[in-house]
This record gives sequence, structure tokens and C-alpha cells, in this order.
Amino acid sequence: MLRDQDRIFTNLYGFHDWRLAGARKRGDWDNTKALLERGREAIIKEVQDSGLRGRGGAGFPTGLKWSFMPKEVGERPHYLVVNADEGEPGTCKDRDMMRHDPHKLIEGCLLASFAMGAHAAYIYIRGEFVQEALNLEYAIAEAREAGLIGPNACGSGWDFECYVHRGAGAYICGEETALIQSLEGKKGQPRLKPPFPAGVGVWGCPTTVNNVESIAVVPTILRRGGEWFANLGRPKNTGTKVFCISGHVNNPCNVEEEMGIPLKELIEKHAGGVRGGWDNLLAIIPGGSSVPVLDKATADDVLMDFDSLRDAGSGLGTAAVMVMDKSTDIVKVIARLSRFYMHESCGQCTPCREGSGWLWRVMERMARGDATVEEIDMLFDVSKQIEGHTICALGDAAAWPVQGLIRRFRPAMEQKILERNRAAAGAAA
Amino acid sequence: MPKLTIDGIEVEVEPGTTILQAAEQVGVEIPRFCYHERLSIAGNCRMCLVEVQPGPPKPAASCAMPVADGMTVKTNSPMAMKARKGVMEFLLINHPLDCPICDQGGECDLQDQAMAYGADTSRYAEAKRAVKDKYLGPLVATQMTRCIHCTRCIRFAQEVAGVPELGATGRGEHMEVTNYVEKALHSELSGNVVDLCPVGALTNKPYAFNARPWELKKTESVDVFDAVGSNIRVDSRGPQVMRVLPRVNDDVNEEWISDKTRQAVDGLLRQRLDRPYVRKDGKLKPATWKEAFEAIAAKLNGLSGDKIAAIAGDLADVESMAALKDLMTGLGSTSIDCRQDGMKVDPAVRASYLFNSTVAGIEEADALLIVGANPRWEAAVMNARIRKRYLMGGLKIGLIGQNVDLTYKVDHLGTGPATLQELVDGKHSFAEVLKGAKRPMIIVGTGALMRDDGFQVLGAARKLADAVGAVTEDWNGFNVLHTAAGRVGGLDVGFVPGEGGRDTHAIVEGAAKGDIEVVWLHHADEIAGERLGKAFVIYQGHHGDRGAHRADVILPGAAYTEKNATWVNTEGRVQRGRLAVFPPGEAREDWTIIRALSEVLGKTLPYNTLAQLRDRMTAANGVFGRIDEIVPAEWATFGDDTPLSADAKAFALPIENFYMTDSISRASLIMAECTDVYINGNDEKKTGTDD
Repeated sequence: MLRDQDRIFTNLYGFHDWRLAGARKRGDWDNTKALLERGREAIIKEVQDSGLRGRGGAGFPTGLKWSFMPKEVGERPHYLVVNADEGEPGTCKDRDMMRHDPHKLIEGCLLASFAMGAHAAYIYIRGEFVQEALNLEYAIAEAREAGLIGPNACGSGWDFECYVHRGAGAYICGEETALIQSLEGKKGQPRLKPPFPAGVGVWGCPTTVNNVESIAVVPTILRRGGEWFANLGRPKNTGTKVFCISGHVNNPCNVEEEMGIPLKELIEKHAGGVRGGWDNLLAIIPGGSSVPVLDKATADDVLMDFDSLRDAGSGLGTAAVMVMDKSTDIVKVIARLSRFYMHESCGQCTPCREGSGWLWRVMERMARGDATVEEIDMLFDVSKQIEGHTICALGDAAAWPVQGLIRRFRPAMEQKILERNRAAAGAAA
Repeated sequence: MPKLTIDGIEVEVEPGTTILQAAEQVGVEIPRFCYHERLSIAGNCRMCLVEVQPGPPKPAASCAMPVADGMTVKTNSPMAMKARKGVMEFLLINHPLDCPICDQGGECDLQDQAMAYGADTSRYAEAKRAVKDKYLGPLVATQMTRCIHCTRCIRFAQEVAGVPELGATGRGEHMEVTNYVEKALHSELSGNVVDLCPVGALTNKPYAFNARPWELKKTESVDVFDAVGSNIRVDSRGPQVMRVLPRVNDDVNEEWISDKTRQAVDGLLRQRLDRPYVRKDGKLKPATWKEAFEAIAAKLNGLSGDKIAAIAGDLADVESMAALKDLMTGLGSTSIDCRQDGMKVDPAVRASYLFNSTVAGIEEADALLIVGANPRWEAAVMNARIRKRYLMGGLKIGLIGQNVDLTYKVDHLGTGPATLQELVDGKHSFAEVLKGAKRPMIIVGTGALMRDDGFQVLGAARKLADAVGAVTEDWNGFNVLHTAAGRVGGLDVGFVPGEGGRDTHAIVEGAAKGDIEVVWLHHADEIAGERLGKAFVIYQGHHGDRGAHRADVILPGAAYTEKNATWVNTEGRVQRGRLAVFPPGEAREDWTIIRALSEVLGKTLPYNTLAQLRDRMTAANGVFGRIDEIVPAEWATFGDDTPLSADAKAFALPIENFYMTDSISRASLIMAECTDVYINGNDEKKTGTDD
């Protein structure tokens, strides 16, 4: 279990002052100039040494991503874009970080931008996060007033500006290239890769897009050292992570924990356990709506990190743990998620545009039992025709919940079909 | 250069080539819907998925993936085939099964590729999507339920046509391709979206339900509605031209044609002159060929050559002009002219009337001055080429004349000759732009040359070209943009006043005064009849248009789809049009009429076949022997060097209505509708309660 002194987000619950004065008390902006003076290479090296993997869902090593940016700034300026379009169902970590600890993010923006040669960072925040955007803007103004950002940020000689850009409510704009399109004022649709944003990003300039959490942990990593961070968690899955626990638990909460904590321990220690006890557990979606669901047998001993969950046939995603007890109609749950993906598909490429609606319609019938057993296999096949065939990962995200359901809860689906058939037969007789 | 293996074939290609392009080079065809070589890459249909190694264990979109050294691509592996079949299934689940009543049937990409990748049965048991149709104007019919969202039309409108009026609204399966405001698509190239649409979502509205592609006879020909000479395919059934489609010619029209080229052909069925007429007692009466020829012979009998004149119009082919010239020479007349608008060029210097840089050469230009022209209307397809060059970046464009929207940004330098003179004198900053350019281009429009000071404008433009170094060994930046398909051909064949002969202006003046007694209007419809006084007018042409109304004898000729004829475009490119259907009724191919008449007049022309006539043309001017070639013209001094007057009136444009420029388009109902929609501005969808 994470020791209190190893916590990064010390005001996650908003018990303390979120403004500059309070942030300084918690150690933010403490001699940031010295951190900057270490130089670009050293900062990237430190982040690489920490083993930090992107907190937005895919888990790509952050330091490695930064190193893809051109070493020298050419004719085109570099940009840092922070993905604060937190829209994954079940996830609410970035929201609390921005509301209660905005200065961690802003300081992280300065350090990351400096490391990548960017003079400007854009924080693309979900439009629904009204208070969070206001707090961020307030914090940016404070930091600017204090000379922490702006021209000659922290007295380091580096000019740095930070802008908040509000999204307009599209899940797809959380995909990095769709976010870039949206930031440019275009319709939020993912771009083709290659070229990757590190080569051609915002306005055609080299750009790195990082999740809020990935950036917000950077100042602490630099202060306490990459080694400290790497010693937390498990190899290749290092550091701390904010988990969002929701659903049928006694105490739904956000909590910062070490990576690789057993799922059961996480829920029992921090969320007050499953409603009605662990044995009342039916299923857990461990990483936000797009990762496959886990049954109880897997949930009993799985560890919460990227690799363990991948091996268990799911994923860490955004670490949004959704707990469902035995009162849950799991087929109906996944049908609702399918509707979400049908609604949020951008419509650009064929498999997701047409397939997500197909999945949803069949899932709705499955939830009523109005289907045949053979259609379960067809459903699985259709989901496989979407997965891996689309421009962005939303196609995969639409397919995985359905695949997870069929893999782990096929009997529940068949049961519904049988029951309905039996009822129909009874009515006919 | 990267070397890769595609289906076991090793190939070395230019860096930056995509897998799909590399596969085409080795003859491996990859199916696609959204990819189009003349549009930006969208990568959204996912039909072109292939297996690529090394790489992630999922198929890649070959249209967008650049090649890399050592790549192994499999286009027919089980993974690729499964992916394509999956995509095809997704495309079909919401595509209506209305092929039997769809105009795209038989030439539909989705239909064809479904034969290769479609399943035999559908697994989709849910309700299908229905989408409301959109209004895109009088030329493009929409059945949006059929749309597969490839966005080719959106990209065409945005990139090629330069009218960003199309887009997609909605998300996911609710995405709809639309112009949102229910207004007609404001482009002279709008019809091309029909060709681009891989399904039957956008179809040819006037052609709706008229024919099936397999019923049509396809004839490769050349367009005559402007002087670009777009390459076309004429699709006909029996005696009727059903539609016109573009043919690919990268040097001329790429694969676009203008809406007039495509849609004015219904005019070929109306107002046709299908038999000879002779005026008797003030009224035109149907006659036989014999009667018509005799009426002409009676008038010409004993008439001295200087009382006879001929004017060739915009739709006159080279063969008939060559024959008419020979006939006029036989009759002792040198008063012939192919410039019915009075345009001033120097027939002796070919470079003075050609688009010397060539259409494809536009892409190499790095500065452009347009004088008295509106290329968007005068040569719509060429305007798309200028826009293409503009989008490549680094092209500065100046415009002297009316400030019209050309779909690209121009510096409007002035409206009249005074500004041109400033440039010639080096007093205008744009002269420096031209001077600083490696390949500067000057385009002089008909509007600038058909004025009284036309020779001075021509001279000024020539001086400017010399001054800015627009003419070098491998580049000629002096260009005349013609609007008439027959003009350069007429100039090349020498259909211009000979020794002591009169030009158009003098012919009309002479006729009004009575000095000219016989005027032969050869496809010439732009000469106001009342100005010809009491002259005896012979009209040869295919439409009962302005020229025919004034005629004393009408000789019914053939329209461009009804004869084998030679056309020379504004670049001086000699191209052959071909007979697709026969002329209606008694009408005949034009040169044969003149040849037959010459016999009646006792001045028999020395050729009996088209081949003999063409040999004669080639003997007179070598360019006619070099089909589809550009013969560079010798640079020389031409035009009038007198400086242009500072208070000369502004340049006018030769075309007032793009949709009605000649006897065919004036007879077209569809062009009349386009005029109402685009020129009169009634471009909103009719509600049903409008009258």
C-alpha cells in the first residue's frame, strides 16, 4: 500500500487550498528554476528512467514519446497539448486533479514543454468541466502574475504560455489526433497516422499530446527522482496511479495507489468493499468502459497494472474501476455501453460507423433475449471485423466490451434467450 | 529508394509513395472507394486494407501508408481478405438494395466490388438507415440513403472546385454528407461529383432513368463549348446523344469537364436545322438541297469576288473552314474572317494567339497575371488547374479587369488598360513580381483583345512578356485565352482576310452599306442580323439560332457530335472529334456541303474524301499533321506598340452567362434551368408551392 509520503496528489479531495499559496505549501513550484536548469535532455532522461507510462489509457511510455519530438526546433514551433477531455465512462481522475490541484498540471506543462522545446501548451479541457476550467484559468493567471509562467518563466529565461481550450462535448475528441483537429477548429475526427503528431501535429507543427495525469506527475518525479518513482509499483508498471472506483461498492472514491495493487485489495481498502461482500461480486470493468469486463474469478487475484490486466484479457485503461454486484443485468450494462459507442462514433471510417450501430442493435435484442444463440457468435465475429480495422482506437473500444461479455458471460446471454423462447412457447401453448 | 515486396513481386519506388500506388506500379490492384488520385487522401473507407510486415498484427490502409524499405505487403492474404469482406459487409448493411432502380447500376464501384468481396447472404437483421435527400442544384440528383461516406464529393468541392460548400454533419451512423443550406452547388464543375461518387448517391439529374450504361455506344471525342478542348466520351443510343463524360487527358482536362460540356447536349435535340431552307417572299420555306444550291448559284452568278464575304463562328470545325476558304478563293473573295467578335491577334505570328505555356504548364508557373479574362467562366476546367497550382503554394496572381471570384486569391491590380500600361512601364509593383519569377505567366483574355484598342493591348502584353523575361528558351509565358473552340483552328488554317480582304468589322460595315452583297455565315451566330443591311445571307449551321433567322438560304450542317472533325484548342493542340450519331434529317457533315456546292458553282474543290481534305490542310499548315501534340510557336514581334490610353474604358468580359454561350447551349433546357438557378440567383430548393 502506498505510503502517505509517496503520494503525489496531496490535495486530491480538495481539503486544502487549491490556489497558488496552498499549492506552494504542498511543494509545487518549489525552485522550478533548478529543475529547468537541468536541461532538456536530463528532464527527458529522468522521465524515461521513472518508467512513467501514459495515464490516458494506452500506456505508452511518456519519456519515449517526448523523445520522438525533433531535437532542434526548426521553422515550425513545437507544441505541448494536454488532453483534459476526460470522457471515458467511469473516469473522473483528471477532473479532480484540475479542480483541486491545478498548479501541479501547470508546473508539469512548463517542465514538459521546456523538455520538448515548446513555448506554448494547450490544455484541451472537456467543455462540461466548467468549474475545472475556471480553476485552471485562475491558476494560470496566478502563475503568470507570479512570474512562474509567461516570459522568462520562473526566471529560467524560457518563455512559456499556457492556454485553456474548451471542447464541445465529443468523446472522440479525447483521441489525440481528433483533439488536434478540434483544437484547430475543425470537425473532431481522427487523422491518419503516420504522420504522427510528433512530426505533424497542431497546425502542422511537431506536437506531443499527453494526458493530464501524465503531465501532473512530472514535477514530483523530477523532484524526487525517476528512481523513486520506478521503485513504486512493479517492473514496467511503475509509480502511483489514481484509481476511480465506482458502482456497487460501499464507498465510491478516487484514490491514489501504487501500480500493481491487487484489485480486491484496492476495493476492500479504499472503497469499503463490494456491496454485500466480495462474494456478492458479479463483474468488474477495471479500466473504463472500453476495456473488456472481468468476472469474479479473475477479479479475485488480478493485479491493477497495464501488463497484468492485459494478460487477464482486459486492460488498465484509465483505471476507472466499475464494480457490479449480482443484482446487475450484465447484458444490459454492455448494451448500454454499445449505445454509447454508437452515439460517439465520429462516422469517419466504415467499420466503426456502421459496425457500432449494428453491435448496439444486436446487444439491445440480446438484453431482451430476443435473439438466437447463433447470433452470439455472429456478434463476436462482427466485433472482430471492427477491431483493428479503423483509423483510431474507438473501433477497438466499441468492440472490446462486447467481446469481454461474450468471453466471460456467454451463459448469461444464452440464459436470456432460452427464457424468452420458453416464455414465447408458453404463450403459444 | 525504398525497396519492398508486394505479393511476392519486388519493386523499388520513390520515397513517399503509398503502398497502393506502389502496388499499381506492379499491376496489383487494391480495391478502394475513398481514395482518388486527384484528391487528398482520406483513408476512411477501409476497403484498401492490406497486410504489412513488419508492423502491428492488424491490417493497414494501403492508400495512406507510405512505403518503407524492406516492407512485405500481402494484398491477398487471409487477413487482408477477411478485412475487406468485413468492410464490404459493413458498407452493405445500410446500403439499400435498389440496384435495379439505381442509375449507377452497371457502373457502380460498390456493385462491382461486392461481386468480389460481398457475402452471398446478409447477416444484418436490423432496420436499415434512411437518409433525407439533399438539394444540390439542377445537375446533381441525390439519393443520400445510398451514400457510403467516402467524402470524395466533399474533397472535390473543397480542393478542385474551390467551393467549400459540402461537408458532413452528424456523427457516427448519423453522419450525412450535405451542403446544409439546401442551395445549389455554386460551381461550374459540379457535375464531376457524379463521376466521383462511387455509388448512386450522386447521379446525373438530367440523365436520370434515361439509359443503362451497357446500352450506350461510346465515342471518344472533343468538347467544343470552350477553347480548352476537353477530352470527352460521347455516350449515344440510336440517334441520340444521351450524355457526355470526361476522358482522362492529363495535358488538358485531367479528368474533369465543365457543367456546360456535360449537360448542354440536350440542346442537340432542339431547334435543329434538319433540312435546307430558302427564303421566298420574305419567309423561310423548306427546300431540297438542289433548290438551296440553285438559289445560291443564282445569287453568286456573275458576282465579283469583292462583293462576297464569309464569317466563321465559334463552332466551326477546321475541315469546313478549309473547304470554305478554298471555295471563297475560287469565287475570288479574300474577305473571310474566323473572328466574329473582332478579336485582335496577329494571324501571321502563331505565338500571338496561342496559350503558349500550355494548360499543364500552369503547374510550373510561379507568377501569373490575368488580363481581361474570367477563366472560371471562359475555361472552367483550366481554372481548376490554376487553383491546383495555387494550392501547391508560392503562386502570386494579379488580375486586371473585372474583379470576379476565381476560387483563389488574386491581387486585383486594376480594371483597364491603364494598369496594364503601368506594368509595361515598370511603374507597378506587380511588374517586379513577374520579373522576379522564374516562369511568369500572362494570360490575355478575349475581352481584352476584342476592343478597338485590341492591337495595342496585344502589343502591351507582348512588351510586358519581353520585359519580365516571360519568354525564354524553354518557357513561353505569353498566353491568349480563347473562348471559341473554332478560333485557333480558323487562324491556323488561315481563315482570315487575305490580300485586300475585309475583316469581320469591315464585312459587316460593307454589308450595311451595300458594298458586300453576299455574306456566308458559317456557324456564325453572334453577328446581329439587322447590321447586315440588304446582303444575301447564306447560313450554314446546325441550330435555328440568331444566324439562321437572318438567312436567305440555310444549309443544315452537323453539330460536333455528328461529324468527324478537327479542333484546335487554345494551346494550339490539334485534336480530332468523332462522329457519335448521324446528323438529323437532311443535315450533312459540313465540309461535304461545301464540296457539293462547289460543284454546282462550277468551282469544284479538289478533294473527294475527308482524308484528301486533311492532306490539303496539312500541306497548308504542318500543325494539322501533328495530332494531340503541342508544336511550340516561334516568338516574334506583334501587336501595336502605341501606349495604351490612360482613360481607355475598363476591360469587359466576353461571357455574360456561362451557361448560354452558343447555339447549342442556348437551345438547351437544362442550361436554361442553370441560368435561372445560378445566374438569376434562384438557387434555393423549390418548396413545391413555388410556381
